[in-house]
Amino acid sequence: MTDNHSDPRAFGFDTRAVHAGQRPDPYTGARAVPIFQTTSYVFEDSESAAAYFNLQEYGNTYSRIMNPTVAAFEERVGNLEGGAGGVAFASGLAAQAAAFFTMLQPGDHIVASGALYGGSVTQLKHLSRKFGLQVTFVDPDRLDAWQAALRDETKLLYGETIGNPGGNVLDIQAVADIAHSIGAPLMIDNTFATPYLCRPIEFGADIVVHSATKFIGGHGTSIGGVVVEGGTFDWSNGRFPVVADPSPAYHGLAFHDTFGMYGYLMKLRAESLRDLGACLSPFNAFLFLQGLETLPLRMDRHVANALGVARFLQQHPAVERVRYAGLPDSPYAPLVARYLPKGAGALFAFDLRGGREAGQRFIHSLQLWSHLANVGDAKSLVIHPASTTHRQLSDEELAAAGISAGTIRLSVGLETLDDLVWDLERGLDVAVAGARVDGKTNGKTMEVVA
Amino acid sequence: MTETGVVCALPDRSALAEISKYQDPLVIRSILLTARTIAIVGLSSNALRPRNFVGFYLQRHGYRVIPVNPRETEALGEKSYASLSEVPERIDVVDVFRAPQFVPEVAREAVAVGARSLWLQFGVISGEGARIAEEGGLKVVMDRCMKVEHARNLGRMHWLGFNTGILGAQRTTN
Repeated sequence: MTDNHSDPRAFGFDTRAVHAGQRPDPYTGARAVPIFQTTSYVFEDSESAAAYFNLQEYGNTYSRIMNPTVAAFEERVGNLEGGAGGVAFASGLAAQAAAFFTMLQPGDHIVASGALYGGSVTQLKHLSRKFGLQVTFVDPDRLDAWQAALRDETKLLYGETIGNPGGNVLDIQAVADIAHSIGAPLMIDNTFATPYLCRPIEFGADIVVHSATKFIGGHGTSIGGVVVEGGTFDWSNGRFPVVADPSPAYHGLAFHDTFGMYGYLMKLRAESLRDLGACLSPFNAFLFLQGLETLPLRMDRHVANALGVARFLQQHPAVERVRYAGLPDSPYAPLVARYLPKGAGALFAFDLRGGREAGQRFIHSLQLWSHLANVGDAKSLVIHPASTTHRQLSDEELAAAGISAGTIRLSVGLETLDDLVWDLERGLDVAVAGARVDGKTNGKTMEVVA
Repeated sequence: MTETGVVCALPDRSALAEISKYQDPLVIRSILLTARTIAIVGLSSNALRPRNFVGFYLQRHGYRVIPVNPRETEALGEKSYASLSEVPERIDVVDVFRAPQFVPEVAREAVAVGARSLWLQFGVISGEGARIAEEGGLKVVMDRCMKVEHARNLGRMHWLGFNTGILGAQRTTN
């Protein structure tokens, strides 16, 4: 046998970030992943078409359900997370909704971290109102709260590797054990850590969701999301007839029985993606693949810059507190050592003295930091959560998410660290001085109060 | 013939510590690349059964699939035989969908008919069956799905975003 692909070597993360999910195109030899900008695919013959629709053969039918460019992205993220595979969606929230849709039915109960991204909290509350799901939000730092929230009808525990903007680091293994004690899976939003910093499946999580819009892309050009499943959860344990029983939505196919470790993902694609329709565009998948190639390099730099910025802020008199889990005196330091040994990411919040007005003066006086509602860009970003991302939340929910009126959230980018610190220092001067002078700095740049 | 413990649910793998010895990627690829005739023990004619999915797939990919199942007369357009010894052709691979306690008997038959490999499907775990087959000169794969391994190594599993774990810089044919 002449076969030079058979070396069972376990390739390193950086190698897989560049190669996983794609080999040179069989027709053209194209080394880059081609953009298959096509809605549909010609069948070889009617038997092949039937086999594809019956899921008896892996075949392309329609780009709402599968596309070769998107598949390369899905496999790469699935590989990097150590899962059975991935299914991509038009956004992170679409991915999250589809993950729920695949495994839950009315009356089911979810226990979720109260520190989830505001958009996730809103989605869960909306789903509970409209589709009869029950949701209990808990303090993610308290294992007894996760345990106490369990009910007979609990079908899912859901948290984030790193909370936003409180910076909570989840004890993934412990929460996974609590979930598995009742035969429920643990789902983790790993957007802020990325698989480079943390792979939740290695710690017992069953499903990982990402907003690929953030660090996976890293360029702030594309919206997308992806669901990865570990392939080890027993969907046939009696709690998930919606996954295990013959499906009325797919001519009686029993997905877990038929596809084993790939059953959940096959159902997620063949039913949920098909029916909800929020497919990722091939062009966005192509851009995310470009991002993934440099993910390890970028994340190292993001982390180094974040740590530098956090240390600067920590010693500044205008700053009340810095909530970066990567600081040695963070209450999350032991969890960071276990789950995030390469760094605690590049997103964190700090609280400015002077509250809301000082926060607004600060943001508007920055030159390099962009005031916008995204994170995980190569560019450094800044936002005031209480008036933007978390605006829909009540005061109690804000407090549960660890946010106050003076909280500023940073997404530390890849610029020269000294420049980032220089800009922040000027902004803090304005924030403090503005309180003394007239409060109307409003300047785009730096002529103010220098 | 029981269906339990085969393909569905998650089997008990603690009984066989050295199970990975029977999951060698080199052996798996070698079998997939050289086999022509596959006898599927326990093949069902019910198109919704996983074992039928596997047989259908392998047949589609050019293997001659021979059903071996006393409860069937025909499956996938092929005559079904009650036992391996009744199959009037040379068999390259014996692919087994049976509960683990029946595997030693199947392994003895596989040795007797001169098969080259014994392939135990996902969840079919039998150290004794593997030993019998190995002593008879057969290659053994255990707790792996032949369809999935074909699709991962030679097929189109990557078209649906599954993690094949396979990467490389050579041009592929699929």
